Amino acid sequence: MNSRERILGRVRRALADVPRDDPPYEQAVSRDYAREHGDRSVEQTVELLAENLADYRAVVHRTDAEGLAGLVAGLLEKRGSASVLVPPGLDEGWLAATGVTRVTDRAESTPHELDRVDSVVTACAVAIAETGTIVLDGSPDQGRRRITLVPDHHICVVRVPGQVVSSVPQGLERLDPARPLTWISGPSATSDIELDRVEGVHGPRTLEVILVGDA
Amino acid sequence: MSGTFVGMPAFPEAAREAVGNETLRGNLRHATHTIRAKREKAVTEVADWAELREAGKRIKDHTLRHLDRYLQQLEDSVTAAGGIVHWAADAAEANEIVTQLVKMTGESEVVKVKSMATQEIGLNEALEAEGIRAYETDLAELIVQLGKDRPSHILVPAIHRNRGEIRDIFTREMSEWGRPAPEGLTDTPAELAEAARLHLREKFLRAKVGISGANFMVAETGTLVVVESEGNGRMCLTLPETLISVVGIEKIVPTWRDLEVFLQTLPRSSTAERMNPYTSTWTGTTDGDGPSTFHLVLLDNGRTDTLADEVGRQALRCIRCSACLNVCPVYERAGGHAYGSVYPGPIGAILSPQLRGTQSEIDASLPYASSLCGACYEVCPVAIDIPEVLVHLRERVVQGGEVTREGNKVVLRPAKGHAAERAAMRAARWAFTHPAALRTGQRAASRTRRFHPRTLPGPGKAWSGSRDLPPVPAEPFRDWWQRTRGGKGGAE
Repeated sequence: MNSRERILGRVRRALADVPRDDPPYEQAVSRDYAREHGDRSVEQTVELLAENLADYRAVVHRTDAEGLAGLVAGLLEKRGSASVLVPPGLDEGWLAATGVTRVTDRAESTPHELDRVDSVVTACAVAIAETGTIVLDGSPDQGRRRITLVPDHHICVVRVPGQVVSSVPQGLERLDPARPLTWISGPSATSDIELDRVEGVHGPRTLEVILVGDA
Repeated sequence: MSGTFVGMPAFPEAAREAVGNETLRGNLRHATHTIRAKREKAVTEVADWAELREAGKRIKDHTLRHLDRYLQQLEDSVTAAGGIVHWAADAAEANEIVTQLVKMTGESEVVKVKSMATQEIGLNEALEAEGIRAYETDLAELIVQLGKDRPSHILVPAIHRNRGEIRDIFTREMSEWGRPAPEGLTDTPAELAEAARLHLREKFLRAKVGISGANFMVAETGTLVVVESEGNGRMCLTLPETLISVVGIEKIVPTWRDLEVFLQTLPRSSTAERMNPYTSTWTGTTDGDGPSTFHLVLLDNGRTDTLADEVGRQALRCIRCSACLNVCPVYERAGGHAYGSVYPGPIGAILSPQLRGTQSEIDASLPYASSLCGACYEVCPVAIDIPEVLVHLRERVVQGGEVTREGNKVVLRPAKGHAAERAAMRAARWAFTHPAALRTGQRAASRTRRFHPRTLPGPGKAWSGSRDLPPVPAEPFRDWWQRTRGGKGGAE
């Protein structure tokens, strides 16, 4: 008998007490909890996202479609970045105002190459206000998971209010589990030394989120 | 379970030593009290906490009650997404599978995401024996690994170390494992974290094999979920070419939607945050993004035996948040090492004796490592009634009885060392059902009260070692009642 059969057999014997008419999943699981917490207007939800992002030490900026390229250029300049990683499907216009060397992520780019890049600019799939979370799903404007991980500076553009939801349940609903997802709430952090929070261990130590008003 | 803790003394001895260590107690007290207060705040922020807790409990219970079905569904969906599923009945088999998988890649080093399951099976030691070096990449796990130490907390494994000790460990040990600590390293947490960043980055960038556990596995979609803070998890999950995840079979949830419950309750219960900095989900492999080969090793190692116990089964609902550790008055004083397992604290006290059986001295003592105050049950985000299981396991230790070990029903004999307790209870039962004998005995006790010792002799010595014997009254209650009718009929 192989281990698969052995384990499944053990499970079945262990569950001999469970009646055949045990309630099915739909009845067994209660969903009495809230779909979202509080009653907010669209503007208030975006405001909450900004507050919670900042509370977890992300740097939040707001602009409109016209101001975006200028803001991105300014942030890269302020940071002193010499190179910026760009996912293949990023809106060309977002980097139109900067002269910083653009590095395109290629399939054969090694982690060492990524490590030499100063900044990365991406879009996101959805942002969750109540938890201050942005979620990337590997779409062409967000790129592979590694490009938002290895460089030390991540600029993420969120379209508001279109990409913003209130809560975790609403966020999950919008996401495709078949894609690899990265949920980001503030920059990398640790509390392993005497529970003192230190930002930046392995992931980007600086996370800047740009909330762009829908045109 | 892991060989790491073999030969551990029973909980009372281990705890006695820990309680005498003032640094340890200070570190622990500071840490548990800080996180306790923060958790309280994070939980109050969510008005529907009780409903989320109930939903989490029910999702997990339902899954456990139909685990065979969900395991097969998970296997199918992971396979359909391009992953390869392996089954491991025990620690030895899991270690063998992982070792072979690593060898097939031709690599001799791996990077690891912090994982309770791989600690439980002693994977690092097993790999080491085959010439494969496993690098722990979580900061706390790194501290434990470099310090040749054992973890003492589920979430903050180096909770027993203060910054000075960590600095000394880094300075002394880092060069043995790779990039040495920077010259003149101080003990500020930011500098220590930076030293870890530099030390580990070179390992991440060259690693070809990553090993992880998972917080959740979704049967419906085949998705695995890892919740973390530092980004070391993301490094291990996405940079290597091969990813091997070792996950306990109880970590399944049926649907994608179920994550909405646990992604709300887990961060708030564990680190007291609205959301942890990073959560990664992956479903099999994705072309051009992340590892091109993904292996999932499904681990039993005592879980099906635990499942067979209708009272103890609820321990498998555990999502490893460690909230129960942080509120436990016993954990706070004894420290994590005293529990002799990778699972310390209240959850460890019910999980270890079920996963490993109650035959060893340490496992038989764990159900007693509690004051039964119930704080652990109050904070548990999946409502595990830890005190109920503790009492249930105490009964098993003292009385013995039928249990399942490695899939087979066996009858346990009462554990050694509890003979006196059983004899005392038998004597009490006899005395209480023989009133005349009880009266005679009580009168004799009252008359000889001047000569009673302060501590018990023989097997009762351990009990009275930490307790005062109650004084025997000058007159038995029943005599007093007969004489006075409770103070109504006669003189006081």
